[in-house]
Amino acid sequence: MMRRLVALPPLAMLLMLAAPLAAQSHDHPPDKAGEKAKAKEGKPAAPPLTPMAAPVVPLRLPGMPQPEAPPPVDHKAMGHGAMDHGDMDHGTAPAEDAPPPARAMSGPRHAADAIWAKDAMASARQQLKKENGGMSTGMFLIERLEARVSDSAEAFLWDVQGWYGGDIHRVFLKSEGEGEFGGTVEDAEVQVLFSRAIGPFFDLQAGARVDLEPETRSHLVLGVQGLAPYMWHVDGALFLSDQGDLTGRIEAEHDQKITQQLILQPRMELELSAQDIAERAVGAGLTKIEAGLRLRYEIRREFAPYVGVGYEAKLGQTADFARAAGEGASGFALLAGIRAWF
Amino acid sequence: MSRIIKPSMPTVSRRGLIASTAALAAAAALPTPAWAKGGSMRHVKKGFGTYTGEDINLAIAGAHYATGGRSGHAIAVDGMIPGPLIKLREGQDVRLNVTNNLDEDSSIHWHGLLLPFQFDGVPGVSFPGIKPGETFTYEFPIRQAGTYWWHSHSGLQEQMGHYGPLVIEAKDGSDDRFDRDYIVLLSEFTPIHPHAIMRKLKVGEHYFNNSMMTATEGDMSGGERRMWSGMRMNPRDIADVSAPAYTYLINGHGPADDLEYLFTPGEKVRLRIINGSAMTFFNMRIPRVPMTVIQADGQDVEDVEVDELQIGVAETYDVVVTPPDGSHALVAEAMDRSGMGIASLTSHKGHKAVAPSLREVPTLTMADMGMAGMEGMDHGSGGMDHSMRDKNLVPSDVEVGPGVDMIAPMPVDRMDFPGLGLDTVDHRVLRYTDLRSKAMNPHRMPERTIQIHLTGNMERYMWSFDGKNFTSVTDDPIRFGFDERVRVKLVNDTMMAHPIHLHGHFFELVNGDNPHDMHQPRKHTVIVQPGSSATFDLTADEPGDWAFHCHLLYHMHAGMMQVVTVRPFPQEA
Repeated sequence: MMRRLVALPPLAMLLMLAAPLAAQSHDHPPDKAGEKAKAKEGKPAAPPLTPMAAPVVPLRLPGMPQPEAPPPVDHKAMGHGAMDHGDMDHGTAPAEDAPPPARAMSGPRHAADAIWAKDAMASARQQLKKENGGMSTGMFLIERLEARVSDSAEAFLWDVQGWYGGDIHRVFLKSEGEGEFGGTVEDAEVQVLFSRAIGPFFDLQAGARVDLEPETRSHLVLGVQGLAPYMWHVDGALFLSDQGDLTGRIEAEHDQKITQQLILQPRMELELSAQDIAERAVGAGLTKIEAGLRLRYEIRREFAPYVGVGYEAKLGQTADFARAAGEGASGFALLAGIRAWF
Repeated sequence: MSRIIKPSMPTVSRRGLIASTAALAAAAALPTPAWAKGGSMRHVKKGFGTYTGEDINLAIAGAHYATGGRSGHAIAVDGMIPGPLIKLREGQDVRLNVTNNLDEDSSIHWHGLLLPFQFDGVPGVSFPGIKPGETFTYEFPIRQAGTYWWHSHSGLQEQMGHYGPLVIEAKDGSDDRFDRDYIVLLSEFTPIHPHAIMRKLKVGEHYFNNSMMTATEGDMSGGERRMWSGMRMNPRDIADVSAPAYTYLINGHGPADDLEYLFTPGEKVRLRIINGSAMTFFNMRIPRVPMTVIQADGQDVEDVEVDELQIGVAETYDVVVTPPDGSHALVAEAMDRSGMGIASLTSHKGHKAVAPSLREVPTLTMADMGMAGMEGMDHGSGGMDHSMRDKNLVPSDVEVGPGVDMIAPMPVDRMDFPGLGLDTVDHRVLRYTDLRSKAMNPHRMPERTIQIHLTGNMERYMWSFDGKNFTSVTDDPIRFGFDERVRVKLVNDTMMAHPIHLHGHFFELVNGDNPHDMHQPRKHTVIVQPGSSATFDLTADEPGDWAFHCHLLYHMHAGMMQVVTVRPFPQEA
């Protein structure tokens, strides 16, 4: 019954997933109507300071009149917590641990609020905040969309992911699956994950996975994705199914540039299972290993066709199940496909 | 010498020293002059007219720009890219009436000018910005002389052409020393919308870098290559955006536009070099013509003769040349050597100088990782990663989170470093240590020292100060007391050079060992070399709120920005 759904060409799915990206709110200004209404607010609310009257303030004038309470002194944020006394290499040392003088805390929180309309400043400040570190963006990556030819079958495979979000928090969509040309889709899954940066190179991801083939099954997902030393892109996750089965998967790939456009990519994938899962013909332990080598040519950064070879082997009891079912447990395939993103 | 002067503008005619070079370009490169008064799309006029006087009107509007094989949407001021040269005189007052004909907010920031903070032109810091259809009047006295520039401080408009030169003649007549006075404003054009550039930078893949280290490129040993990839760094991360996206411009003219600067042999020619680009450090040279540096960031310095200098984004240098008869290439080579801006400095009208070829792409070194003192040590294996991000090396207020991919293990002051790729050339190159202020600075020792870390994550394209982007510190500024003398040490925990700019002030570079040197050069922008530190002394004598940021446009956009407050601030009665 799921056949109809998964027979959707992978590209159609991509387009659906990409729709939110096209609608991304980058950092365009707020809506025009609102701006027109507020257009007059840019004018000074009070007469501006006479330009000539460059303020002359005595060196240690006590408190100035304050329209609002001065912000609390946050000593932690003053940058004098743990200064490196060891490398002051420029002459005599001034006070290094001293907080800013008291007068630095006086006056309005935002000086411009004292001159221009406060609410106009507030919205401009909000915009500035958004424009300087607060942006959200996203991408959609077709990591592999390929045909695989071996002596036993001619198969296709897709492996795609998209994300949207800020620097730290992102939403990921991932899908992969495979099937035989002219035949059926044998495996298909979709994941929706919430992602949080937990270090400079890695995200922690948690969410749900739904298998559409070989049968409908739901999983909870907990994983990490990122860049390991020596430039290996790693994606590893644990899956707990609605049947209580625990499985795992680790993928790793490395892009070795031969020239600026020609890239050789070794790729490894391991699958594991904590228990026998009879209906999926999986035995406990390491269940499957895949190794591939792909050579791609970036016609543009966003579009690169490739060719390659792949080796796939079922292991341990999983291999026994396969042989018992009259299937090969391992084999080589020739690969051709495209890697693309937008 | 031909000039373009807006007819209605009175000119301060003093031997017509500053000439627009627009008219010197090939006539074919000049479409019909278009004074964009409305919102309709006009073709940009390359180069600029000269505006003078006490009342100056400027209008910002969309436009179409083309050079070489590239064309696209742009933002022009009075139909020109760069916008008009604003030429003022020290001691005068000026009213600048700026009309925004875009359909989004805009602004003009007067880069390097001392002025009341509310006219500094940063939306959200100094004023609310200029709404579509609105005219805003900036009004302030001119308290200084020298070479400066102006640009939008709204969004990424600066990348699209919203910038121009600003020159202030000295009261004492010292600008009369030269026979010719030219602007050399460096910038870039890209047909790609800056928001698209930002997205490509965010999603990674080193989109604009076509000289990444590959298996077949560069002469690094296998061990060195493994060390860099072990750290998840690329030794060719030099420019985030470069020639694949950019055409490099001089006064708005791409290499295909054959820009000419004319001179007569024997003349002393002053070149006011302004780096008005969004992202590009340039190596400036005129092969076989030595340049005498006389000003840095608009401030007079003692003469230094060099053959080449690297100019960071937002810096200015004034140089004097006395070229021999002939045509000389004025070369503005991008620091990553992916392309160049080029013009002909010639004594024969119409004679094009031969452009030199691009030199070999430089590669980052251990010093750029902040290990200047550790060269030659064995870093073959895995222990590297830990020592490249040791939290104990930074003050506790530095947030070492996902936005910080490295902490320089042994950052040293590199004021004597001439810039990436120029440390190995065999001619004279300018260094910060060569700069000596002509005027004597007041003798004041700092009362306080602060340390600010420049932090980033190349892979995620996150940039910040002290590990916190502007979004997270909008209400937590860097605070100074009025008239406080502070020594600010900038420590660069990244492998990119950052041009750090403080609005509304000049600071003095601590570029020597003598703590009582009263000739430290005064600057508004300082390059902090990769994995290194740079220190300046600041007298915070301009009350108000001021932007403080990396002048690489996309670094600022990613959050490498802060607000500096100087208090007390006098209230309205």
